[in-house]
Order: sequence, then C-alpha cells, then structure tokens
Amino acid sequence: MIQTDIIIIGAGPVGLFTVFEAGLLKLRCHLIDALPQPGGQCAEIYPKKPIYDIPGFPEILAGELITNLMKQIEPFKPGFTLADPAVSIDETEDNQFIVTTKSGLQHKAPNVAIAGGLGVFVPRKPPIDNIAVYEGKGIEYMIKDPEVYRGKNVVISGGGDSALDWSIFLADGVADKVTLIHRSQSFRAHPDSVQKALDMAALGKINLILDGEVVGLKGEGKLEKIRVKVGQDEYQVIELDNWLPLFGLTPKLGPIANWGLEIVDNAIKVNNATDYSTNRPGIYAVGDVNTYPGKLKLILCGFHEATIMVQSAFKRIYPDKKNVLKYTTVNGVHGF
Amino acid sequence: MENTVKITVIDRNGVAHQLDAPTDMNMNLMELCRSYELPVEGTCGGMALCASCQVYVLSTHVPLQRKDAEQAMLDEAWNVKENSRLGCQIPITETLDGLVIQLAPEVTVSQSDDDW
Repeated sequence: MIQTDIIIIGAGPVGLFTVFEAGLLKLRCHLIDALPQPGGQCAEIYPKKPIYDIPGFPEILAGELITNLMKQIEPFKPGFTLADPAVSIDETEDNQFIVTTKSGLQHKAPNVAIAGGLGVFVPRKPPIDNIAVYEGKGIEYMIKDPEVYRGKNVVISGGGDSALDWSIFLADGVADKVTLIHRSQSFRAHPDSVQKALDMAALGKINLILDGEVVGLKGEGKLEKIRVKVGQDEYQVIELDNWLPLFGLTPKLGPIANWGLEIVDNAIKVNNATDYSTNRPGIYAVGDVNTYPGKLKLILCGFHEATIMVQSAFKRIYPDKKNVLKYTTVNGVHGF
Repeated sequence: MENTVKITVIDRNGVAHQLDAPTDMNMNLMELCRSYELPVEGTCGGMALCASCQVYVLSTHVPLQRKDAEQAMLDEAWNVKENSRLGCQIPITETLDGLVIQLAPEVTVSQSDDDW
C-alpha cells in the first residue's frame, strides 16, 4: 500500500502543479493516471501545440509546459502510478481514503484531489447493438500483443494511422488473412503507410474494402461473422476470427462518475466559495473536471484552484497546526 | 445589429433557432451553439478531437472545405454525411450570414438487422 498526504488522480498540468503547492506546505503527493506518461492531454494529444494564456509565457508548447512543471515539482519527489487508471475510492475507519487502480494497486491518504480533466480516453466503439457481447471474444479495440493474431483471419476497421499500421504489420506474415475496411475512399494516415497498404492490397496480401462499414455481428459464444455495408446498398458477409475496430480515442468521465460525487453536466460539482471540496469531505476536484458557477476550463484557473485546495487539505491533516502563506521569493523552495 | 450575422440552427427535435452570431468575438459555430445553450457538448474544447459538435450544413452558399484535422476526426466519427462539418472548425464570419445548420444526432446504438 502506498501511503501519502494527497492522492492526486490525473497527472495533467493541474495535477502536477498541485504537487508544488502541496510541497510548499510540506505535504507529499502521489499521482495516478491512466496514460503511460505524465502530462495528460498536453503530453498525449497536443504536445506540439502552443498555449498562449499561461501567465508569464507569451507562448509555450503544451509539451514544454509539462516538462517545466515536472522540473518545478521535482524537489517534492512525487510518486507516480501510470498507465493504471483509478477505479475506486473507499473510506477507511481512520478517516482516510484508499484509491485502488485497475491493476489492483492501493494508495492511502487523508485527502484525494481529482484533477481528471475530461476523464479517461477510451476507444471509440462502433454503435452496434450487440457489440459488447463479443468484446474480448473476437473484438478488441487495442492491440496489445500482435502474436495473438498469428494464423488468424483478422478484419480491421478504420482509416487512421493505427488501422493502417496494424493492417500492414499483421498482413506481413503474422495473420493468415487481413481485411481492412474503411468508410471512405481516401485515407488520412501517413502517406507512406497509405502507399504500402495499397501496394499490399494490389498484391492480394490485404483484402481492402473501401466505402464499407460493419453493421452486424454474429457468432455463438464468440464472433464468427460480420456483415459489411459497402457503398449505398450492397452487403457482404465475412467470416473471421477477430475484428479490430480502430477508430481512435474519445474522452469519457469513466469510473469518476461512480464515486458518489455530485455530477453536473459531466463534471464534479465543487464548492468554489471555500476550497473546491466535493460533496465527500476530504475529496476535492480541481481543473477541467470540476464545475461551479462561473467555471472556466482553463489551465490557469486550475492552478489557482489547486493552490486554494491544498490549504484545506493541510487543515484536514493538521487541524491544530498554524499555517501562514509564505512567499517563495522570501523562503525559497525546500524539497523533501 | 452591427457585426452580427443570422445563423439558423435546427436542434435534434427539429426546432429551428435563429441566432444572432457576432463576427467580432472570434467565435466558432460550436461556441455559438453553446452560448445559446443549445445541446452541443464541445467536449474537447474545439480541437477537432471529439466530434460532439458535428453539424450538417443545409445551405449551399457556404464552402464545405473541411480542414485536415477535421477530416481525420470525421473519418472516425459516426452519423457522418457529405455535408458534415465540425462546428468548432467553422469561425463565424460575414460569409456565414443566412447559414442554416442542423445538429447531428447524438451517437445512438443502431438495432442491427438480424436477417443475414
């Protein structure tokens, strides 16, 4: 069990800066994130895009902001649990919280700060009514171990980089047969990948279906065949072992919605007049994941919220200790 | 009004809303819909990452040139038609005066036909 002062769920910019403000109050933090690296969307989705409204930085790339934040919090030696989303929060008898991640790792602290942004990015699933029946039984939204598909008859859907790259990889001596279904005539993936896939299709190594969309699924106990709509009113039935719909990621609030917190419009309602606490004392929400009257989803507002919030977290841990605001210019930064 | 254009948005119940859209506020169609509290989520904040602001452009006088990131997103979204656009990728300019758009449906699971 990992023990700390504040468990921060979400290692985006606001979660990272929480470590700094908590550290100034001598509180230790541990961050949990579903992604394999810190930085949230800034690192995963738009590291090369500029941000213009970070005070004091006329322009900074999102990835640079994360690099700088990591450097800024380094003295406070935060712990990280990455590539492992938080799934539950339980209260203990000694008035603390245990946050458990998907892998079963447990984290204990008197305070939890949720800085979960838009939630977790999950695969975009095709809207077919019985798709859940075959998840893990022929349908996978992510390829973890390509060896699973050795000698198999595989169908991939999608037109982006991952659909093309995996089609090329699996068709090159791994799978027995690869069919790539794309809903339009042109691909948006990297031109080299597109050319390679088209070449392999010409050689018969990839069965390419354009203007196609999977509309039906069948099988007893596992996926056995799919129905593909091609063009306006033509249908094909394909027998297969695996269907891999690779349509990218979409943000979902995810497990956060099940933690007994008051949710308004996909965000956690907090008390902005005091300390950004949720309806569960000791659990706070900061940054894009929270909502209150006048809320603005800006990184800079999240920084402010985190700064206010850690004062309240301090009071929960040390109700009798005196605490005064100190300026870093006067005091410097004293790490652990 | 000065610096505004008229844009008609047809919601998911078929109701038409005529909106005064400012051309001098650096707004896009997604933000316009949200500012009038129409049911447009705009989850990703306007980065062409979620398609929750997908609209169908019903008038023909507006060019339908999709941007690259927008096209990539629409390739992976649902309910996409020839006239689909992402509202967040359409800045409000004077050329939009008289534009009529319709909100794309929220993603609903379709009942698959069992007869095949």
